[in-house]
Amino acid sequence: MAKIIDRSISIGEFIPQPDDDLIICRCEEVTKGEIRRAVHDGMYTMTEIRRYLRTGMGLCQGQTCSKLVKGIVAKELGVPADQLEGGTSRAPVRPVEMKILANESEKEVSKHE
Amino acid sequence: MNSSAEVLIIGGGVIGCATAYYLAKKGIEVIVLEKNQIGEGGSSRNGGGVRQSGRDPRELPLAMYAVEHLWPILSEELGMDVEYYKKGNLRLAKTPAHIKILEGLTSRAQAVGLKVQMIDGEEVRKINPHLSDEVIGASWCPTDGHANPMLTTLAYYKNARKAGARFITGEKVLELKKVKGRIRKVITDHSEYEAETVILAAGFESRKIANTIGIDIPMQRVLLEALVTEAQPKMFEQMLGTAEADFYGHQSTHGSFVFGGSSGMDAYTSDYDRPVTTSFTASCICRGIMKYFPELAEAKIVRTWSGWIDECADKVPVIDKVEEVPGLIVACGFTGHGFGICPAVGTVLSELAMGEQPSIDISGLKYGRFKAKI
Repeated sequence: MAKIIDRSISIGEFIPQPDDDLIICRCEEVTKGEIRRAVHDGMYTMTEIRRYLRTGMGLCQGQTCSKLVKGIVAKELGVPADQLEGGTSRAPVRPVEMKILANESEKEVSKHE
Repeated sequence: MNSSAEVLIIGGGVIGCATAYYLAKKGIEVIVLEKNQIGEGGSSRNGGGVRQSGRDPRELPLAMYAVEHLWPILSEELGMDVEYYKKGNLRLAKTPAHIKILEGLTSRAQAVGLKVQMIDGEEVRKINPHLSDEVIGASWCPTDGHANPMLTTLAYYKNARKAGARFITGEKVLELKKVKGRIRKVITDHSEYEAETVILAAGFESRKIANTIGIDIPMQRVLLEALVTEAQPKMFEQMLGTAEADFYGHQSTHGSFVFGGSSGMDAYTSDYDRPVTTSFTASCICRGIMKYFPELAEAKIVRTWSGWIDECADKVPVIDKVEEVPGLIVACGFTGHGFGICPAVGTVLSELAMGEQPSIDISGLKYGRFKAKI
Protein backbone atom coordinates (compact mmCIF):
# COMPACT_ATOMS: atom_id res chain seq x y z
CA MET A 1 0.00 0.00 0.00
CA ALA A 2 1.26 3.46 -0.88
CA LYS A 3 2.32 5.70 1.98
CA ILE A 4 0.28 8.87 2.51
CA ILE A 5 2.21 11.88 1.29
CA ASP A 6 0.88 15.42 1.43
CA ARG A 7 2.67 16.94 -1.54
CA SER A 8 2.21 20.45 -0.14
CA ILE A 9 4.40 19.93 2.92
CA SER A 10 7.65 21.75 2.28
CA ILE A 11 10.83 19.73 1.92
CA GLY A 12 12.88 22.93 1.97
CA GLU A 13 14.64 24.90 -0.72
CA PHE A 14 16.74 23.36 -3.46
CA ILE A 15 20.36 23.94 -2.47
CA PRO A 16 22.93 23.53 -5.26
CA GLN A 17 25.73 21.03 -4.56
CA PRO A 18 29.22 20.89 -6.11
CA ASP A 19 28.63 17.47 -7.71
CA ASP A 20 25.25 18.27 -9.27
CA ASP A 21 26.78 17.82 -12.74
CA LEU A 22 27.55 14.16 -12.06
CA ILE A 23 25.86 11.86 -14.57
CA ILE A 24 23.78 9.27 -12.72
CA CYS A 25 21.74 7.67 -15.52
CA ARG A 26 24.29 6.96 -18.22
CA CYS A 27 21.88 5.78 -20.90
CA GLU A 28 19.78 8.93 -20.79
CA GLU A 29 22.48 11.26 -19.42
CA VAL A 30 20.59 12.53 -16.40
CA THR A 31 22.57 14.33 -13.71
CA LYS A 32 22.34 14.30 -9.95
CA GLY A 33 21.27 17.94 -9.94
CA GLU A 34 18.40 17.23 -12.34
CA ILE A 35 17.18 14.40 -10.13
CA ARG A 36 17.38 16.55 -7.00
CA ARG A 37 15.57 19.38 -8.73
CA ALA A 38 12.80 17.04 -9.93
CA VAL A 39 12.09 16.12 -6.30
CA HIS A 40 11.59 19.82 -5.57
CA ASP A 41 9.28 20.04 -8.58
CA GLY A 42 7.06 17.53 -6.75
CA MET A 43 8.25 14.20 -8.17
CA TYR A 44 8.29 12.08 -5.01
CA THR A 45 8.29 8.51 -6.29
CA MET A 46 10.77 6.57 -8.41
CA THR A 47 8.16 6.19 -11.13
CA GLU A 48 7.34 9.90 -11.21
CA ILE A 49 11.05 10.73 -11.42
CA ARG A 50 11.47 8.24 -14.24
CA ARG A 51 8.57 9.62 -16.24
CA TYR A 52 9.75 13.17 -15.65
CA LEU A 53 13.44 12.73 -16.48
CA ARG A 54 13.72 9.36 -18.28
CA THR A 55 16.12 7.96 -15.66
CA GLY A 56 16.24 4.20 -16.15
CA MET A 57 14.30 4.36 -19.40
CA GLY A 58 17.22 3.83 -21.75
CA LEU A 59 18.94 0.73 -23.06
CA CYS A 60 19.74 -0.76 -19.65
CA GLN A 61 16.27 0.03 -18.25
CA GLY A 62 17.69 1.19 -14.93
CA GLN A 63 19.79 -1.87 -14.20
CA THR A 64 22.76 0.42 -13.63
CA CYS A 65 21.33 3.56 -12.06
CA SER A 66 18.10 2.77 -10.25
CA LYS A 67 19.79 2.18 -6.89
CA LEU A 68 21.74 5.42 -7.22
CA VAL A 69 18.64 7.39 -8.22
CA LYS A 70 16.73 5.94 -5.29
CA GLY A 71 19.46 7.01 -2.87
CA ILE A 72 19.44 10.56 -4.21
CA VAL A 73 15.65 10.88 -4.14
CA ALA A 74 15.41 9.42 -0.63
CA LYS A 75 18.06 11.79 0.69
CA GLU A 76 16.30 14.78 -0.86
CA LEU A 77 12.97 13.72 0.67
CA GLY A 78 14.60 12.93 4.01
CA VAL A 79 13.33 9.33 4.11
CA PRO A 80 15.15 5.98 4.25
CA ALA A 81 15.80 4.59 0.74
CA ASP A 82 13.96 1.35 1.51
CA GLN A 83 10.76 3.35 1.95
CA LEU A 84 10.75 4.20 -1.75
CA GLU A 85 9.16 1.62 -4.01
CA GLY A 86 11.16 0.91 -7.15
CA GLY A 87 9.78 1.45 -10.63
CA THR A 88 8.13 -1.47 -12.41
CA SER A 89 10.52 -3.73 -14.28
CA ARG A 90 9.15 -4.86 -17.60
CA ALA A 91 9.98 -7.39 -20.29
CA PRO A 92 12.22 -7.87 -22.19
CA VAL A 93 15.18 -8.29 -19.83
CA ARG A 94 17.58 -7.34 -22.62
CA PRO A 95 16.83 -5.28 -25.74
CA VAL A 96 15.52 -7.58 -28.49
CA GLU A 97 15.20 -6.83 -32.19
CA MET A 98 11.69 -6.60 -33.51
CA LYS A 99 12.28 -9.37 -36.05
CA ILE A 100 13.29 -11.72 -33.21
CA LEU A 101 10.54 -10.79 -30.78
CA ALA A 102 8.03 -11.23 -33.62
CA ASN A 103 8.61 -15.00 -33.66
CA GLU A 104 6.33 -17.22 -31.63
CA SER A 105 8.77 -20.16 -31.46
CA GLU A 106 12.31 -21.16 -32.34
CA LYS A 107 11.04 -22.78 -35.51
CA GLU A 108 9.97 -19.39 -36.79
CA VAL A 109 13.25 -17.63 -36.20
CA SER A 110 13.96 -17.04 -39.88
CA LYS A 111 10.39 -16.07 -40.71
CA HIS A 112 10.74 -12.36 -40.08
CA GLU A 113 14.36 -11.87 -41.15
CA MET B 1 -4.48 19.42 9.26
CA ASN B 2 -7.29 21.03 7.32
CA SER B 3 -9.07 18.38 5.31
CA SER B 4 -11.68 20.44 3.55
CA ALA B 5 -11.65 22.38 0.30
CA GLU B 6 -14.04 24.04 -2.11
CA VAL B 7 -13.39 21.35 -4.70
CA LEU B 8 -12.09 17.85 -4.06
CA ILE B 9 -10.87 15.80 -6.99
CA ILE B 10 -10.64 12.02 -6.74
CA GLY B 11 -7.90 10.73 -9.01
CA GLY B 12 -4.44 12.19 -9.68
CA GLY B 13 -4.38 11.31 -13.35
CA VAL B 14 -4.16 13.69 -16.24
CA ILE B 15 -7.84 14.64 -15.96
CA GLY B 16 -7.58 15.31 -12.22
CA CYS B 17 -4.29 17.19 -12.56
CA ALA B 18 -5.52 19.32 -15.49
CA THR B 19 -8.74 20.18 -13.67
CA ALA B 20 -6.81 21.02 -10.50
CA TYR B 21 -4.57 23.28 -12.54
CA TYR B 22 -7.41 25.22 -14.19
CA LEU B 23 -9.22 25.58 -10.85
CA ALA B 24 -6.16 26.58 -8.82
CA LYS B 25 -5.31 29.14 -11.48
CA LYS B 26 -8.69 30.76 -10.84
CA GLY B 27 -7.97 30.87 -7.12
CA ILE B 28 -10.21 27.96 -6.14
CA GLU B 29 -9.15 25.87 -3.17
CA VAL B 30 -8.54 22.31 -4.41
CA ILE B 31 -7.57 18.99 -2.86
CA VAL B 32 -6.62 16.07 -5.10
CA LEU B 33 -6.73 12.58 -3.56
CA GLU B 34 -4.77 9.88 -5.33
CA LYS B 35 -4.61 6.25 -4.29
CA ASN B 36 -1.16 5.54 -5.58
CA GLN B 37 0.93 8.14 -7.39
CA ILE B 38 0.54 10.89 -9.94
CA GLY B 39 -0.46 9.64 -13.39
CA GLU B 40 -0.72 6.03 -12.29
CA GLY B 41 -3.48 4.75 -14.58
CA GLY B 42 -4.26 5.44 -18.21
CA SER B 43 -2.63 8.88 -17.99
CA SER B 44 0.84 7.53 -18.43
CA ARG B 45 -0.20 4.36 -20.16
CA ASN B 46 -1.59 5.42 -23.50
CA GLY B 47 -0.31 5.93 -27.03
CA GLY B 48 -0.01 9.70 -26.74
CA GLY B 49 -2.43 10.42 -29.57
CA VAL B 50 -3.86 13.92 -29.86
CA ARG B 51 -6.45 12.97 -32.44
CA GLN B 52 -9.72 14.33 -33.70
CA SER B 53 -10.14 11.85 -36.56
CA GLY B 54 -11.61 8.49 -35.66
CA ARG B 55 -13.55 9.97 -32.74
CA ASP B 56 -17.21 9.64 -31.93
CA PRO B 57 -19.04 12.90 -32.84
CA ARG B 58 -20.14 13.23 -29.19
CA GLU B 59 -16.59 13.84 -27.98
CA LEU B 60 -15.33 15.55 -31.11
CA PRO B 61 -16.10 19.10 -29.87
CA LEU B 62 -13.68 18.50 -26.96
CA ALA B 63 -11.00 17.17 -29.30
CA MET B 64 -11.37 19.99 -31.82
CA TYR B 65 -11.37 22.68 -29.13
CA ALA B 66 -8.26 21.19 -27.51
CA VAL B 67 -6.37 21.00 -30.82
CA GLU B 68 -7.37 24.48 -31.87
CA HIS B 69 -7.00 26.39 -28.61
CA LEU B 70 -5.21 24.47 -25.88
CA TRP B 71 -2.56 22.04 -27.15
CA PRO B 72 -0.63 24.59 -29.26
CA ILE B 73 0.07 26.77 -26.19
CA LEU B 74 0.32 24.08 -23.54
CA SER B 75 4.11 23.75 -23.35
CA GLU B 76 4.46 27.49 -23.03
CA GLU B 77 1.65 27.79 -20.51
CA LEU B 78 3.01 25.02 -18.29
CA GLY B 79 6.64 26.02 -18.70
CA MET B 80 7.60 22.48 -19.72
CA ASP B 81 7.94 20.81 -23.11
CA VAL B 82 5.06 18.35 -23.36
CA GLU B 83 6.39 17.23 -26.76
CA TYR B 84 3.30 18.17 -28.72
CA TYR B 85 3.45 17.62 -32.50
CA LYS B 86 0.64 18.85 -34.74
CA LYS B 87 1.87 16.95 -37.77
CA GLY B 88 -1.19 14.95 -38.72
CA ASN B 89 -2.63 11.49 -38.30
CA LEU B 90 -2.52 8.74 -40.90
CA ARG B 91 -4.94 5.87 -40.48
CA LEU B 92 -3.59 3.20 -42.77
CA ALA B 93 -5.32 0.68 -44.98
CA LYS B 94 -3.92 -2.45 -46.61
CA THR B 95 -7.09 -3.95 -48.12
CA PRO B 96 -10.26 -2.69 -49.85
CA ALA B 97 -12.15 -3.70 -46.70
CA HIS B 98 -9.90 -1.36 -44.68
CA ILE B 99 -10.59 1.45 -47.15
CA LYS B 100 -14.28 0.94 -46.61
CA ILE B 101 -13.92 1.23 -42.81
CA LEU B 102 -11.91 4.42 -43.21
CA GLU B 103 -14.37 5.94 -45.69
CA GLY B 104 -17.14 5.46 -43.14
CA LEU B 105 -15.11 7.09 -40.36
CA THR B 106 -14.02 9.91 -42.64
CA SER B 107 -17.48 10.85 -43.91
CA ARG B 108 -18.87 10.84 -40.36
CA ALA B 109 -16.10 13.18 -39.21
CA GLN B 110 -16.50 15.46 -42.25
CA ALA B 111 -20.21 15.72 -41.47
CA VAL B 112 -19.39 17.36 -38.13
CA GLY B 113 -16.89 19.75 -39.66
CA LEU B 114 -13.54 18.02 -39.25
CA LYS B 115 -11.02 18.46 -42.03
CA VAL B 116 -10.09 14.87 -42.81
CA GLN B 117 -9.82 13.16 -46.19
CA MET B 118 -9.05 9.86 -47.90
CA ILE B 119 -5.75 9.64 -49.78
CA ASP B 120 -4.21 6.89 -51.93
CA GLY B 121 -1.06 4.84 -51.33
CA GLU B 122 1.15 7.15 -53.32
CA GLU B 123 0.01 10.21 -51.39
CA VAL B 124 0.51 8.30 -48.13
CA ARG B 125 4.14 7.59 -49.04
CA LYS B 126 4.67 11.24 -49.94
CA ILE B 127 3.72 12.11 -46.36
CA ASN B 128 5.58 9.15 -44.87
CA PRO B 129 8.13 7.60 -47.27
CA HIS B 130 8.98 4.81 -44.82
CA LEU B 131 5.67 3.01 -45.29
CA SER B 132 5.66 -0.22 -47.30
CA ASP B 133 3.87 -0.81 -50.61
CA GLU B 134 1.33 -2.91 -48.73
CA VAL B 135 -0.34 0.35 -47.71
CA ILE B 136 -2.91 1.20 -50.36
CA GLY B 137 -4.52 4.22 -48.78
CA ALA B 138 -5.27 6.10 -45.58
CA SER B 139 -7.41 8.69 -43.96
CA TRP B 140 -5.42 11.87 -43.38
CA CYS B 141 -6.16 14.52 -40.81
CA PRO B 142 -3.39 17.13 -40.97
CA THR B 143 -4.31 18.84 -37.67
CA ASP B 144 -4.02 15.69 -35.55
CA GLY B 145 -0.84 14.82 -33.71
CA HIS B 146 0.68 13.44 -30.54
CA ALA B 147 2.23 14.52 -27.25
CA ASN B 148 4.00 12.93 -24.30
CA PRO B 149 1.34 11.74 -21.82
CA MET B 150 3.71 11.34 -18.88
CA LEU B 151 5.19 14.82 -19.23
CA THR B 152 1.76 16.36 -19.83
CA THR B 153 0.33 14.78 -16.68
CA LEU B 154 3.32 15.77 -14.58
CA ALA B 155 3.39 19.30 -16.05
CA TYR B 156 -0.25 19.83 -15.06
CA TYR B 157 0.50 18.38 -11.63
CA LYS B 158 3.59 20.52 -11.11
CA ASN B 159 1.80 23.72 -12.10
CA ALA B 160 -1.38 22.92 -10.16
CA ARG B 161 0.74 22.26 -7.07
CA LYS B 162 2.61 25.51 -7.64
CA ALA B 163 -0.69 27.37 -7.96
CA GLY B 164 -1.75 26.05 -4.57
CA ALA B 165 -3.65 22.83 -5.27
CA ARG B 166 -3.03 20.31 -2.51
CA PHE B 167 -2.18 16.80 -3.67
CA ILE B 168 -2.34 13.91 -1.24
CA THR B 169 -1.13 10.58 -2.56
CA GLY B 170 -1.61 7.23 -0.85
CA GLU B 171 -5.24 8.03 0.03
CA LYS B 172 -7.66 5.44 -1.28
CA VAL B 173 -11.22 6.70 -1.52
CA LEU B 174 -13.71 4.18 -0.19
CA GLU B 175 -16.98 6.04 -0.01
CA LEU B 176 -18.87 9.22 -0.88
CA LYS B 177 -21.49 10.60 1.50
CA LYS B 178 -24.19 13.22 1.29
CA VAL B 179 -25.03 15.70 4.04
CA LYS B 180 -28.42 17.45 3.79
CA GLY B 181 -29.00 16.13 0.27
CA ARG B 182 -25.68 17.34 -1.17
CA ILE B 183 -22.33 15.67 -1.65
CA ARG B 184 -20.14 16.53 1.30
CA LYS B 185 -17.90 13.78 2.62
CA VAL B 186 -15.20 11.72 1.01
CA ILE B 187 -14.14 8.79 3.17
CA THR B 188 -10.71 7.26 2.59
CA ASP B 189 -9.02 4.26 4.14
CA HIS B 190 -7.24 6.61 6.55
CA SER B 191 -9.41 9.66 7.08
CA GLU B 192 -12.27 11.84 5.99
CA TYR B 193 -12.38 14.89 3.74
CA GLU B 194 -15.09 17.45 3.07
CA ALA B 195 -15.86 19.58 0.04
CA GLU B 196 -18.71 21.50 -1.56
CA THR B 197 -17.97 19.96 -4.93
CA VAL B 198 -16.45 16.57 -5.68
CA ILE B 199 -15.08 15.58 -9.08
CA LEU B 200 -14.76 11.84 -9.59
CA ALA B 201 -12.01 11.12 -12.14
CA ALA B 202 -10.55 7.84 -10.94
CA GLY B 203 -10.44 5.80 -14.15
CA PHE B 204 -12.19 2.43 -14.05
CA GLU B 205 -12.25 2.58 -10.26
CA SER B 206 -14.70 5.50 -10.52
CA ARG B 207 -17.49 2.98 -10.91
CA LYS B 208 -16.96 1.40 -7.51
CA ILE B 209 -16.72 4.79 -5.83
CA ALA B 210 -19.85 6.12 -7.61
CA ASN B 211 -21.70 2.98 -6.54
CA THR B 212 -21.30 4.01 -2.88
CA ILE B 213 -23.65 6.92 -3.52
CA GLY B 214 -26.09 5.03 -5.74
CA ILE B 215 -24.74 5.98 -9.16
CA ASP B 216 -23.60 3.44 -11.72
CA ILE B 217 -21.77 3.95 -14.98
CA PRO B 218 -21.47 0.89 -17.22
CA MET B 219 -17.74 0.50 -17.75
CA GLN B 220 -15.05 -2.10 -17.31
CA ARG B 221 -11.30 -2.30 -17.44
CA VAL B 222 -9.55 -3.67 -20.49
CA LEU B 223 -5.83 -4.33 -20.79
CA LEU B 224 -3.84 -2.05 -23.08
CA GLU B 225 -0.32 -3.03 -24.12
CA ALA B 226 2.48 -1.21 -25.85
CA LEU B 227 6.16 -1.49 -26.63
CA VAL B 228 9.02 0.99 -26.76
CA THR B 229 12.05 0.77 -29.05
CA GLU B 230 15.55 2.11 -28.45
CA ALA B 231 16.15 5.59 -29.87
CA GLN B 232 16.14 5.62 -33.68
CA PRO B 233 17.19 8.28 -36.15
CA LYS B 234 14.30 10.63 -36.79
CA MET B 235 11.92 9.03 -39.31
CA PHE B 236 8.56 10.81 -39.13
CA GLU B 237 6.42 13.09 -36.99
CA GLN B 238 2.87 11.91 -37.73
CA MET B 239 0.64 9.92 -35.42
CA LEU B 240 -0.23 6.55 -36.96
CA GLY B 241 -3.11 4.19 -36.68
CA THR B 242 -4.51 1.44 -38.85
CA ALA B 243 -7.96 0.47 -40.06
CA GLU B 244 -7.27 -3.04 -38.81
CA ALA B 245 -6.33 -1.61 -35.39
CA ASP B 246 -3.29 -3.93 -35.32
CA PHE B 247 -1.05 -1.15 -34.05
CA TYR B 248 -0.84 2.59 -33.47
CA GLY B 249 1.88 4.92 -32.33
CA HIS B 250 4.48 7.54 -33.04
CA GLN B 251 8.14 8.42 -32.75
CA SER B 252 8.85 10.44 -29.62
CA THR B 253 11.13 13.45 -29.26
CA HIS B 254 13.62 11.12 -27.63
CA GLY B 255 13.77 9.05 -30.83
CA SER B 256 12.16 5.92 -29.49
CA PHE B 257 9.00 4.58 -31.05
CA VAL B 258 5.98 3.92 -28.87
CA PHE B 259 3.65 1.44 -30.51
CA GLY B 260 0.51 0.09 -28.92
CA GLY B 261 -1.51 -2.79 -30.18
CA SER B 262 -3.76 -5.66 -29.44
CA SER B 263 -3.53 -9.43 -29.58
CA GLY B 264 -7.29 -9.89 -29.60
CA MET B 265 -7.20 -11.44 -26.14
CA ASP B 266 -6.92 -8.18 -24.24
CA ALA B 267 -10.33 -8.42 -22.61
CA TYR B 268 -9.58 -11.85 -21.15
CA THR B 269 -6.55 -11.20 -18.99
CA SER B 270 -6.36 -12.56 -15.44
CA ASP B 271 -7.25 -10.18 -12.66
CA TYR B 272 -3.95 -8.87 -11.41
CA ASP B 273 -3.27 -6.15 -8.85
CA ARG B 274 -1.44 -4.21 -11.47
CA PRO B 275 -1.46 -4.45 -15.23
CA VAL B 276 0.97 -7.08 -16.45
CA THR B 277 2.00 -7.54 -20.07
CA THR B 278 1.04 -10.81 -21.72
CA SER B 279 3.37 -12.99 -23.77
CA PHE B 280 1.17 -12.69 -26.86
CA THR B 281 0.93 -9.01 -27.43
CA ALA B 282 4.39 -7.50 -27.96
CA SER B 283 5.23 -10.19 -30.53
CA CYS B 284 1.93 -9.59 -32.26
CA ILE B 285 2.53 -5.81 -32.37
CA CYS B 286 5.99 -6.44 -33.89
CA ARG B 287 4.49 -8.56 -36.66
CA GLY B 288 1.97 -5.81 -37.34
CA ILE B 289 4.54 -3.01 -37.43
CA MET B 290 6.99 -4.79 -39.73
CA LYS B 291 4.36 -5.12 -42.46
CA TYR B 292 4.01 -1.36 -42.53
CA PHE B 293 7.64 -0.43 -41.72
CA PRO B 294 10.01 -3.15 -42.96
CA GLU B 295 13.04 -1.05 -42.00
CA LEU B 296 12.11 -1.21 -38.30
CA ALA B 297 12.75 -4.98 -38.22
CA GLU B 298 16.21 -4.30 -36.77
CA ALA B 299 15.00 -1.85 -34.14
CA LYS B 300 15.40 -3.18 -30.62
CA ILE B 301 12.54 -3.32 -28.15
CA VAL B 302 13.77 -2.08 -24.77
CA ARG B 303 10.51 -2.20 -22.90
CA THR B 304 6.92 -3.33 -23.02
CA TRP B 305 4.21 -1.98 -20.76
CA SER B 306 0.54 -2.30 -20.08
CA GLY B 307 -2.26 -0.38 -18.42
CA TRP B 308 -6.00 -0.43 -17.91
CA ILE B 309 -8.44 1.25 -20.23
CA ASP B 310 -11.64 2.37 -18.50
CA GLU B 311 -13.88 1.18 -21.29
CA CYS B 312 -17.35 2.68 -21.27
CA ALA B 313 -20.31 0.69 -22.64
CA ASP B 314 -20.60 3.04 -25.64
CA LYS B 315 -16.88 3.89 -25.87
CA VAL B 316 -17.12 7.60 -25.03
CA PRO B 317 -16.61 9.18 -21.61
CA VAL B 318 -19.11 10.39 -19.06
CA ILE B 319 -18.52 14.06 -18.23
CA ASP B 320 -21.48 15.39 -16.33
CA LYS B 321 -23.01 16.78 -13.17
CA VAL B 322 -24.96 14.13 -11.30
CA GLU B 323 -28.50 15.41 -10.70
CA GLU B 324 -29.31 12.98 -7.89
CA VAL B 325 -26.22 14.05 -5.98
CA PRO B 326 -25.88 17.83 -6.14
CA GLY B 327 -22.24 18.85 -6.06
CA LEU B 328 -20.95 15.62 -7.62
CA ILE B 329 -19.34 15.74 -11.05
CA VAL B 330 -18.27 12.58 -12.85
CA ALA B 331 -15.50 12.32 -15.47
CA CYS B 332 -14.64 8.75 -16.37
CA GLY B 333 -14.98 6.03 -19.00
CA PHE B 334 -12.49 7.67 -21.37
CA THR B 335 -12.02 4.30 -23.10
CA GLY B 336 -8.34 4.76 -23.90
CA HIS B 337 -8.67 8.06 -25.74
CA GLY B 338 -8.92 10.58 -22.92
CA PHE B 339 -5.38 11.89 -23.16
CA GLY B 340 -5.86 13.84 -26.40
CA ILE B 341 -8.83 15.72 -24.97
CA CYS B 342 -7.44 16.24 -21.45
CA PRO B 343 -6.86 20.02 -21.70
CA ALA B 344 -10.44 20.54 -22.89
CA VAL B 345 -11.83 18.15 -20.27
CA GLY B 346 -9.92 19.96 -17.51
CA THR B 347 -11.33 23.24 -18.79
CA VAL B 348 -14.98 22.12 -18.80
CA LEU B 349 -14.66 20.35 -15.46
CA SER B 350 -13.31 23.52 -13.89
CA GLU B 351 -16.27 25.41 -15.36
CA LEU B 352 -18.77 22.83 -14.10
CA ALA B 353 -17.18 22.93 -10.64
CA MET B 354 -17.54 26.72 -10.54
CA GLY B 355 -21.20 26.50 -11.53
CA GLU B 356 -20.58 27.96 -14.98
CA GLN B 357 -22.01 26.82 -18.30
CA PRO B 358 -19.43 24.61 -20.03
CA SER B 359 -17.81 26.51 -22.92
CA ILE B 360 -17.53 23.29 -24.97
CA ASP B 361 -20.46 21.08 -25.96
CA ILE B 362 -20.54 18.01 -23.71
CA SER B 363 -24.27 17.34 -24.10
CA GLY B 364 -23.61 13.90 -25.61
CA LEU B 365 -21.60 12.74 -22.59
CA LYS B 366 -24.32 12.60 -19.93
CA TYR B 367 -24.28 9.81 -17.35
CA GLY B 368 -28.00 9.11 -17.87
CA ARG B 369 -27.64 8.25 -21.56
CA PHE B 370 -27.34 4.47 -21.17
CA LYS B 371 -30.35 2.45 -22.31
CA ALA B 372 -30.97 -1.27 -22.60
CA LYS B 373 -30.97 -2.60 -26.16
CA ILE B 374 -34.68 -3.52 -26.19
